[in-house]
Amino acid sequence: MGWIHRLRNAWSGSDDTFDEEARFHLEQRADEYVRAGMSADEAGREARKRFGSLTLARERTAEVDRFRWIDDFRRDLAYGLRMLWRSPGFSLLAILCLTLGIGANAAVFSWIEGILLRPYPLVVDQDRLYAVVSTNRGVGSDETGMSWPDWLDLQRSSTLVESFIAEKITGTALSTGDRAERAPGSIVSANYFDALGVHPILGRAFVPGEDTGRNAHPVTVISHQVWKERFHGDPQILGKTQMLNGLPHTIIGVAPDGFYGTFVGYAFQFWVPASMQPQFHAGVYKLEDRGARWIEGFVRLKPGVTMAQAQAELSAAMARLEADFPETNRGRGIQIFPLWRTPFNGAAAMLPALGVALAVVLAVLLIACANVGNLLLVRAFARQQEMTIRLSIGAGRRRLVKQLLTEGLMLSVIAGIGGVIIATWLRDALAILTPPHNGIILRFAGALDWRVFAMSASVCLVSTLVFGLVPAFVTSDIDLADALRAQSGSVVGSRRAAWVRSTLVVVQIALSFVLLAGAGLLLKSVQAMRTVSPGFTTGGVLTTSVDAFTAGYNVARARILQDELIRRVRAIGGVQSAALSAITPFSYASVPSAQIAVDGYDPPRDQQPSADYNMVGPGYFETLGIPIISGRTFTDADDESAARVAIVDQTMAAQYWRGSDPVGSRVQMNGRWLQVVGLAKAIKTRGFLDAPTPYFYVPLRQNPTAVVGLQIRTPLAPAAIRPSLVREVHALDSNMAPGEVITMREQLERTTSSQLVALTMLIVFGGLALVLAAIGLYGVMAATVAQSARQLALRVALGADTAHVLRLVLGTGFAVTAIGLAIGLAFALGTTRLMGYLLYEVNPRDPLVFTTALVVVALSAAAACTVPAFRATRTDPLQALRG
Amino acid sequence: MLSRRKKPDALQGTLDLLVLKTLRRGPHHGYGIAADIQSISGDILRVEEGSLYPALHRMEHLGWISAEWQTTENNRRARIYKLTRAGERRLAEEQEKWAQLTKGVAKVLRFA
Repeated sequence: MGWIHRLRNAWSGSDDTFDEEARFHLEQRADEYVRAGMSADEAGREARKRFGSLTLARERTAEVDRFRWIDDFRRDLAYGLRMLWRSPGFSLLAILCLTLGIGANAAVFSWIEGILLRPYPLVVDQDRLYAVVSTNRGVGSDETGMSWPDWLDLQRSSTLVESFIAEKITGTALSTGDRAERAPGSIVSANYFDALGVHPILGRAFVPGEDTGRNAHPVTVISHQVWKERFHGDPQILGKTQMLNGLPHTIIGVAPDGFYGTFVGYAFQFWVPASMQPQFHAGVYKLEDRGARWIEGFVRLKPGVTMAQAQAELSAAMARLEADFPETNRGRGIQIFPLWRTPFNGAAAMLPALGVALAVVLAVLLIACANVGNLLLVRAFARQQEMTIRLSIGAGRRRLVKQLLTEGLMLSVIAGIGGVIIATWLRDALAILTPPHNGIILRFAGALDWRVFAMSASVCLVSTLVFGLVPAFVTSDIDLADALRAQSGSVVGSRRAAWVRSTLVVVQIALSFVLLAGAGLLLKSVQAMRTVSPGFTTGGVLTTSVDAFTAGYNVARARILQDELIRRVRAIGGVQSAALSAITPFSYASVPSAQIAVDGYDPPRDQQPSADYNMVGPGYFETLGIPIISGRTFTDADDESAARVAIVDQTMAAQYWRGSDPVGSRVQMNGRWLQVVGLAKAIKTRGFLDAPTPYFYVPLRQNPTAVVGLQIRTPLAPAAIRPSLVREVHALDSNMAPGEVITMREQLERTTSSQLVALTMLIVFGGLALVLAAIGLYGVMAATVAQSARQLALRVALGADTAHVLRLVLGTGFAVTAIGLAIGLAFALGTTRLMGYLLYEVNPRDPLVFTTALVVVALSAAAACTVPAFRATRTDPLQALRG
Repeated sequence: MLSRRKKPDALQGTLDLLVLKTLRRGPHHGYGIAADIQSISGDILRVEEGSLYPALHRMEHLGWISAEWQTTENNRRARIYKLTRAGERRLAEEQEKWAQLTKGVAKVLRFA
């Protein structure tokens, strides 16, 4: 392992050297004394005496060497800068490759930091924060929120958790001028700000007790943005009121600039204490209901407590609650997650996309490094004479190695600075891929903190070693005599160099192929999602929402308004059918879930059967085109005075009726028996990637709510129907307006943002990788032709025709490409399935995608080979032989 | 920049000269250089061993000599120093300087 020794010698200090030298010296001297007749002990002592102070000598030697190190470094730096300056084309290309590679990495690091690892600016000690969900044994991996009474009980019994931070995302309409915009906010426990370590810049945070009582404390802390934009930074803001969801709230504080709350993806604009929960949940009071699971909270563990310890303590506490409250808590457990695996906010959607992004940018960096390594190698051979001369006038080999490393380091430092600048530009690039809707701007910002800088710096260092050392090793074996004999245009070391360079290109081609294949699969996946049926018709269906609750309606008055509204909407020209529903499919709104019992179904003892449900009006199944397999749909007759009915879906029938037709039997929902009147085909309700879960429908009239979605079947475009819709709503109440009107197709596509992010990454960086790899291949081919110019010329002189020369040159390029493709293919076949749920209904080894990627890479490689090959055919034998 | 200019004392220059001259005869390790100087000078010159190694490292840095680890005949690892071409040029200069110096000193001594 000669090179390890070389490397160590090149960088290690001199102390070892000196000690070893001194030891040799003393041994020799002692030998001499022994020969003169001394005892071994005496000889050793005398030798040391004669030498004088070892420490002093060591220090003086070290000083000499230290100065030399700094001195050399400075000289290398100046020399390197001169070299970079002298070949600006090379320098620019190398720096560009590296800047792209390092910049892409820095950007992805910053996203991972800002979205997954430490997603909440200004929140202290995020390492100790964990997300909390409750689990349900009956429904497998189903995760839901926690109930407020459970939350308080856990808080009382826990010794390992420093603070329990309860919250639930919510929203309200904030009018800005004459336009109403949705603004996201949060319902939080009173300790929220204190526990997060965030202090209002004006006023106060919530105080203990403000999170108790039904609508008892109408106070709010507003965001810095709201304060600046709506209240123009009014310093007298405290004590003023703000309407939130139809109720005036007293502004008691202003959050600091840069605090966006604790929900990945959204920037919260206001916070209200948990006591105001009914006002935001259509009047349903949940603080004393152990069965109402709505809290998406966090726990902050005490310092030194591990996640496993906390999980064990909380699970034990939940088990005790299950024993104490079997009606509500049967089968209920708890699970905590590190922030980056938070299941209930944007982190869950971004995790796989960012995972792919990280793999992709590392591959791009590797390709960029291979390119720069190649370029340095080409240059190293161009500079062979210089190196040879420096060697011959006594420069140490390790000085040359150091020189090459210094040049590499300079390249990567320059590129690293450029990379961080790129990362700064790209900080908010993810937000571009997730466009604002309904006035709510999604927030997926990268964070550039010292950890990101440290990571980027280590990427710089590692890449320097990767591409700086390759030419260093190849050239440090220069044989002086050979090199001097061969003169310029030499082929010294060319075989070894060619081998190294071809290997680099093989790696590049393999990686490009993997990236392109990945991009192809994702493209197919996104296409599949665009064309797949979610189980209902999306063409010709528009969706919007009508919020009567915010406009001050109670449920009884809202029901009258809704009846009238749906009559008017159906009368609008071009409307084929229209229906109301509590939940619009594929919307973010949390789907309600109920504990159920089924006639003839005997659940296991520790299991509480439950199912998600929706409250829908007459015409819902017809409007969305959900097939009714048996029985009937809801009609106007299914009102509050009629018998309670339900329609179950196939998944639920399969699970609780074991596949037999449920029509005619009964299902119990929250303690109330319903007659099953229909069986509907199962649809996807939240996203394309939903696993089928039991789902049922109840009539809206029998389970009214003031906030509803409105689905309209019509050939009209959203913009065409909106004026009539606004007119009809205004006719009923001039203070109300319908929400954003969009096509059902768009509603569905909004749930595919993480796939889009991953796809964009793969396409952008896959393309970049291919270009870089093509540059690399071109470089190798050009150098091969240049190096074998003499040989080619001989052949031409001896009568070889163009075709022969072409074959000869292209053969090398094709061989390299073929090996690269073979390795890439093997690698891709093994790894694409790791993309997991990002691939929707796509075979991770899709032959069409793989073939396409193969052809694209092969064509690019062919293009890169062509120019040097044709140059070879035009070799002038005379000139080449003379040179 | 580290250079001889920093410590312009004549003694150091003398040590450099002696070392370079000794190495002219062939590569040698530090102990050998010290021993050669002593024996050739007929025991008149005794190299201060504590100063020898900093000087060797300094000259190596300046490119006058190069060093390599080798195994000696008694199977010990020794750092063998070798005169470079730059070192030979330097030696010629130093010798010339030394000749001038001794000539000057001799003149003064004769005159006084």
